Amino acid sequence: MSVKVKNAEKFEFTPENLEWTKTQLAKYPENRKESCVMPFLHRAQEQNNGWVSVPVMEYIADFLDMPYIRVHEVASFYSMYNLKPVGKHVIEVCTTTPCWLRGSDDVVKACKDELGIGFGETTEDGEYTLLEVECAGACVNAPVIAYKEEYYEDLDEDSTRKFIRDLKAGVAVKPGPQNGRFKSCPFGGPTTLKDMAPKGATFGGDE
Amino acid sequence: MPTLTIDGIEVEVENGTTVLQAAEQVGIEIPRFCYHERLSIAGNCRMCLVEVTPGPPKPAASCALPAGEGMVVKTNSQKVRKFREGVMEFLLINHPLDCPVCDQGGECDLQDQSMAYGVGDSRYKEKRRLVKEKYMGPLIRTIMTRCIHCTRCVRFADEVAGVPSLGAIGRGENMQITTYQEQAFQSELSGNVVDLCPVGALTSKPYTFKARPWELTNTETIDVHDALGSNIRIDSRGRAVMRALPRIHEEVNEEWISDKTRHAVDGLAKNRLDRPYVKKGGKLQPVSWKEAFDIIAKKLKGLSGDQIAGLVGDLCDAESMYAFKALMSSLGASVECRQDGSKVGAKHRVGYLFNSGVTGIDEADACLIIGSNPRKESPVLNARLRQRWLSRKCKVANVGPDVDLSYKVEQLGDSAAILKDILDGKNDFAKVLKSAEKPMLILGQGALNRDDSPAIINLAHDIAEKYGLIKDDWNGFNVLHTAASRVAALDMGLIRDGGVKAILEGAEKGDIKVVYNLGADELDTTKLKKAFVIYQGSHGDEGVRHADVILPGVAYTEKPGTYINTEGRVQRALRAVFGPGEAREDWTIFRALSEVLGKTLNFDDIAALRQVMEKDYPHFGVIDEKPDEEWADFGVSGKLSKDGFTLPITDFYGTNPIARASETMAECRAVMNGANHTEGATGTNG
Repeated sequence: MSVKVKNAEKFEFTPENLEWTKTQLAKYPENRKESCVMPFLHRAQEQNNGWVSVPVMEYIADFLDMPYIRVHEVASFYSMYNLKPVGKHVIEVCTTTPCWLRGSDDVVKACKDELGIGFGETTEDGEYTLLEVECAGACVNAPVIAYKEEYYEDLDEDSTRKFIRDLKAGVAVKPGPQNGRFKSCPFGGPTTLKDMAPKGATFGGDE
Repeated sequence: MPTLTIDGIEVEVENGTTVLQAAEQVGIEIPRFCYHERLSIAGNCRMCLVEVTPGPPKPAASCALPAGEGMVVKTNSQKVRKFREGVMEFLLINHPLDCPVCDQGGECDLQDQSMAYGVGDSRYKEKRRLVKEKYMGPLIRTIMTRCIHCTRCVRFADEVAGVPSLGAIGRGENMQITTYQEQAFQSELSGNVVDLCPVGALTSKPYTFKARPWELTNTETIDVHDALGSNIRIDSRGRAVMRALPRIHEEVNEEWISDKTRHAVDGLAKNRLDRPYVKKGGKLQPVSWKEAFDIIAKKLKGLSGDQIAGLVGDLCDAESMYAFKALMSSLGASVECRQDGSKVGAKHRVGYLFNSGVTGIDEADACLIIGSNPRKESPVLNARLRQRWLSRKCKVANVGPDVDLSYKVEQLGDSAAILKDILDGKNDFAKVLKSAEKPMLILGQGALNRDDSPAIINLAHDIAEKYGLIKDDWNGFNVLHTAASRVAALDMGLIRDGGVKAILEGAEKGDIKVVYNLGADELDTTKLKKAFVIYQGSHGDEGVRHADVILPGVAYTEKPGTYINTEGRVQRALRAVFGPGEAREDWTIFRALSEVLGKTLNFDDIAALRQVMEKDYPHFGVIDEKPDEEWADFGVSGKLSKDGFTLPITDFYGTNPIARASETMAECRAVMNGANHTEGATGTNG
């Protein structure tokens, strides 16, 4: 990852974020304010169009009175901090074992086809970025895509294509399972303990 | 005081001792990569695994395991050998087997330990990782694929150098050691990470592919680039000095040396004076020794002693200076050693030594720095002061320009008047000094080279007396010198009234006809134009500019010599290589010249010279002991100037002729003074 470029741009928290930093700093003793580095990086990433630039890291390091390299270490340790510019829409595809077993390869293929980019790349118009992530923690609804703090689950190739086309068209997509399943309930209704199912309960797939 | 059994040997150790340290105490060496006794414990290489009962039935990292009462430790069982083989196999997965082209080859911890503890072959068939090289400055070459992530370099930068710019970015397999944004590692101690690196990931850039350790002759000697007298080892091949490495001396330099000590050695092969020269018709012409001596003899004939002056430079050994002094006194002339214009007196030894000693820093609980930047003047000493500061047991304050010492100091201001305030108890730091048990002050050359220096010395003297810097078992009055020769020269009383200024003025006026300059290159020689100047030294530097006769001496690696460091510790240096061409050891030149002048000196070899020298100055024979000098009265009260302090070192990488001749130092100067590295740059075009 090339982060050698010294950006000329400047970074500063907006007044609202500056106000918010006080709530974070209040959580830790004065001489331990380095502890704020992760929430600060996160907030800064939000403010900085989804990525952590060198000026962002240096701003936070100066803010928290810590060496630049320490902030860089944290920012590079967690994959949730993007150290390269990203598009407006960041699509994160999980390819860890459960998702992979449930067909994440098809999901990946659909994404790459529809967007015309590979993992870690951004479309030329700067709209979409495709990222491969490790376990999103939603294996029960595998395979999963994470987009804007929501999960889009139980995907297959077609539903993935639809998801992306809808995104492009600006049509709102409902988060959650995309195959009609209700949350993580059994698809097509209970298969066991049927007698104990609450009366009138509806499950995805049999509506 | 827990007692534990290691491999059947029972040992009682101090509380807080780790199992690895306890094993060391009974002579059992446990292999390690990340553990280093002068750095914090990381516990990440896993090489030091041992079997411990009682406890969970799994291997334990002995470097991070505190010794406990009744522990039974096995360091060499079948199981432990298996552990080590496993760890070694993992370490070698991504480590390239490029030992034949690796500079670390032959002195590599990984190489040695894989021979001792590894298995013979690899089962790994998958892809290995490759890591791009990182830029770390002009002194450190990186081959990061070889890195085993011990983080010794990172901890050194944080803890010892105090320049936290190294770090580990990424994680897991993608973890990489780098400097922030691949900028140069801007520390005066940066070269030490090369020694610390247990593999060939960080190697010395100037030494790249120059030599193999088994081809080198090792000579244990003393450094002259600052007044600390760091213990070093000169590695030479044939007549060439290949590199300088630190030797361990707990009371002086521990195991660190500055970048100048380590890397200025390439200057030993540049700009050398290798034959005598005489100015004929305005031009320097090579001549024979005899001719040069005859010309000097002719010139000196009929001159009275006060028409002749001697000057001594910063790198001279005691033997040279003793012979020089003897020769000059036989002519009735005197010698001056304070070429920087220092006003320090030679009357009381206690008045110009670092009396607390370097180890005294480890006990001090308050430190007042006056007119000094120890980071530039003695980086290793500064690292020790930083260690003490890190322990939070020592408050440090600075009177002088606000400089970055790599730790936080209380900046009291840049005026000598502050010392008066402290003495009168008007400054808050006076309270700190008063309440401290072992307070100390460091008087730098910046405080000694002013017109009002006698008054400053007097104030420092009074502060020392008033605030308990002088006690039965403690003397916190410290002078930090910058010249390796200075203490020995002052011991021999090589000072003249009016100092170097009087010599320059006398030469300008024509009162002084002959100036004999022994390696003094840090002064303005244009004022010596009128006088007949004899320059004797190793390098063609400032001193030869207006010289009429040049006599080639040898550099510090080329002569045995005695040096006295800033604490007054006498140390012996050895000859590592012979000097170039017709260059001779300085004392032999004086001996030969004395014969031509008809004033033959009374020694024929260095043993005889040392014998007479030690007869005159008995303490020169007490090797490697920090002296305890009796407290005395010194200093003259006077008016203080309002000017701020001028620090003696503006360019750390060019303080003497050897460093100025060094290309590596020139590169350092270009890079370290703020220039950033850009891709494709050679490092000197910043």
